[in-house]
Amino acid sequence: MSRKQKIMLGRIVAAVVITIILLIVKPENRWLALGLYLIPYLIAGYDILRKAVKGIINRQPTDECFLMAVATIGAFALGEYLEGAAVMIFYQIGELFQSYAVGKSRRSIAGLMDIRPDTARIRHEDGTLEEVDPDEVEVGSVIVIQPGEKIPIDGTVIEGEARLDTAALTGESVPRTVRAGDTVQSGCISMDGLLTVRTTHEFGESTASRILDLVENASSRKSRSEAFITRFARVYTPAVCLCAVALALLPPVVSLLAGADPRWTDWLYRALTFLVISCPCALVVSIPLSFFAGLGVASRHGVLIKGSNYLEALAATDTVVFDKTGTMTRGVFEVAGVHHSPVDDAALLRLAALAESHSTHPIAQSIRLACPDEPDEREIAEVKELSGLGVRAVLADGRTVLAGSDKLMKQEGVEYIPCSHSGTVVHVAVDGQYHGHILISDQLKPGAAEAVQSLRALGVSKTVMLTGDREQSALEIADTLRVDELRSGLLPDDKVTEVERLLGEAKGKLAFVGDGINDAPVLSRADVGIAMGGLGSDAAIEAADVVLMDDDPRKLSTAIRISRLCMRIVKENIVFSIGVKLLCLILGALGIANMWLAIFADVGVMVLAVLNAVRILLYKVPQKGEAHD
Amino acid sequence: MKKSYKIDVDCANCARKMEDAANATPGVQEASVNFMLLKMNVTFTEGADPKTVMKDVLANCKKVESDCEIYL
Repeated sequence: MSRKQKIMLGRIVAAVVITIILLIVKPENRWLALGLYLIPYLIAGYDILRKAVKGIINRQPTDECFLMAVATIGAFALGEYLEGAAVMIFYQIGELFQSYAVGKSRRSIAGLMDIRPDTARIRHEDGTLEEVDPDEVEVGSVIVIQPGEKIPIDGTVIEGEARLDTAALTGESVPRTVRAGDTVQSGCISMDGLLTVRTTHEFGESTASRILDLVENASSRKSRSEAFITRFARVYTPAVCLCAVALALLPPVVSLLAGADPRWTDWLYRALTFLVISCPCALVVSIPLSFFAGLGVASRHGVLIKGSNYLEALAATDTVVFDKTGTMTRGVFEVAGVHHSPVDDAALLRLAALAESHSTHPIAQSIRLACPDEPDEREIAEVKELSGLGVRAVLADGRTVLAGSDKLMKQEGVEYIPCSHSGTVVHVAVDGQYHGHILISDQLKPGAAEAVQSLRALGVSKTVMLTGDREQSALEIADTLRVDELRSGLLPDDKVTEVERLLGEAKGKLAFVGDGINDAPVLSRADVGIAMGGLGSDAAIEAADVVLMDDDPRKLSTAIRISRLCMRIVKENIVFSIGVKLLCLILGALGIANMWLAIFADVGVMVLAVLNAVRILLYKVPQKGEAHD
Repeated sequence: MKKSYKIDVDCANCARKMEDAANATPGVQEASVNFMLLKMNVTFTEGADPKTVMKDVLANCKKVESDCEIYL
């Protein structure tokens, strides 16, 4: 609790104690009672009265302090001393709770996003270490990160090895191992090793700073719900005030004209009850709090959402369009299998790796990666690259190895078995004898199929995959993923056209998921543009509305689940708050609800709405087998 | 020209009023108040001097909500 809040608490406690004493003593004399009840009233509400006066001076007549002041002074004027004092006390309790609860959730949400490093340790050329403000570190400086410390600035590891806790950035709990040559992002925590890093960015351009900047600016893009609340609040308070005036004047005047008893005090009391209900606090506090909590929890799970409007759109997503390469697949080539080989797989890979050991082609690199041991170059006598076809290598033991495409085999007159799978095929022949082939393909990401499944479980009605690849290789992947629709052989422009067509067909919102590198036009065309792998990719963070910080497509359903929970809570709060207020207004107009009920409705609804909003912070990713949402 | 300021205000409705007041100040193209982070982001109109504009913004905010503060 802050000092301000503590003082307020003290004032409330004092006012409550005095009121209780007065309730027991029951002062008989009217004027004495008025004087005595004014003591707790003024202790609790003197600042409200002061603000009310200022409100009048500054011509802000619908200020809620002014309304509270009118309502409570009115109650005193009507002789309802206890009510006047009590309403003021409860109003202040509500305000105190609000400022405490909001302050607390603000801190806990900010804690979720606490990735900003405080200091950086520079190593000077003479080897001395100096702790400085990360802002002062220049690009190309050498910094040292000890175990347990946050990496302050993006850079490349030049020395040391460590496991990194990237949870604050990606929500991923499995640590990532880095060693010399790897790039590291600020905000990660070195768990067990000493790292020496050469910085590649300034602090302000580093991952942690950019992410924080993004999250902090997220709320400037307001959702429809928030815009609605703002408009509602603007209309609601003046409207209720007008009703109050009408309620105080019209019925008595009509009664008077009709010759009945005008009952001025009765109607005035009902009008004052209206004023107590006129503050839209429950809404204007809980709705932004809900969205803020939603954005905070999402970023804790490695999903950056750039504004609450995108949170809203995500919740309403019913069509998800994927890019293939780099999104559902890893975008790197790997050996997927060895087929029809008379020797064992490792031996064939070794032969191929030997033959390809001088090649820099990605295919050759992936074969070398798959080979269990490093090929020894002394085993090769002669290598000849046959451009576009493959290689011919003569080994030290005299054998001739051919490794390459169908064409190479045909050209050399080797009978080969064509591959039925999609991907790139490298046939291997030794001394003219066919030794089988190695299939190299882009690997599906682990969990890609699961990601599509869980989207379907969440009620996403259509999943579409777009790819520039040829039909055959895309089909197999589409089958494995079980997407509803596949469009292959697309140029970047075609992707935009496709997305536009799908936008026309979609009933709900359309989300496009890409790697953010070459699909910026599509990302901006979709209702929600989602980029994968924000870690280390500036382009992805720039282009997208939502960034999945790690490469895991399963985070998509996490994002949708969080946004739905958030939107549900927002709707609950809107309906509940407005409902209770309207009910109280009606009851108040009929004279059934008194001022007590009104203040309880006002403060109580706010407390419940704030607690409901905080519920978002409890979100947990459902484990496998648990019911979805 | 865009700048971010730390603010202090007690309730969300008051933050909303500050936002309105800031937006109504000449020299401010767009202002948005983030109550949760207690921050005010101001985009200034071209040629406006942030320092003098922010003084007016603060004065206008004080008018609608005497308890608020903008740390300039």
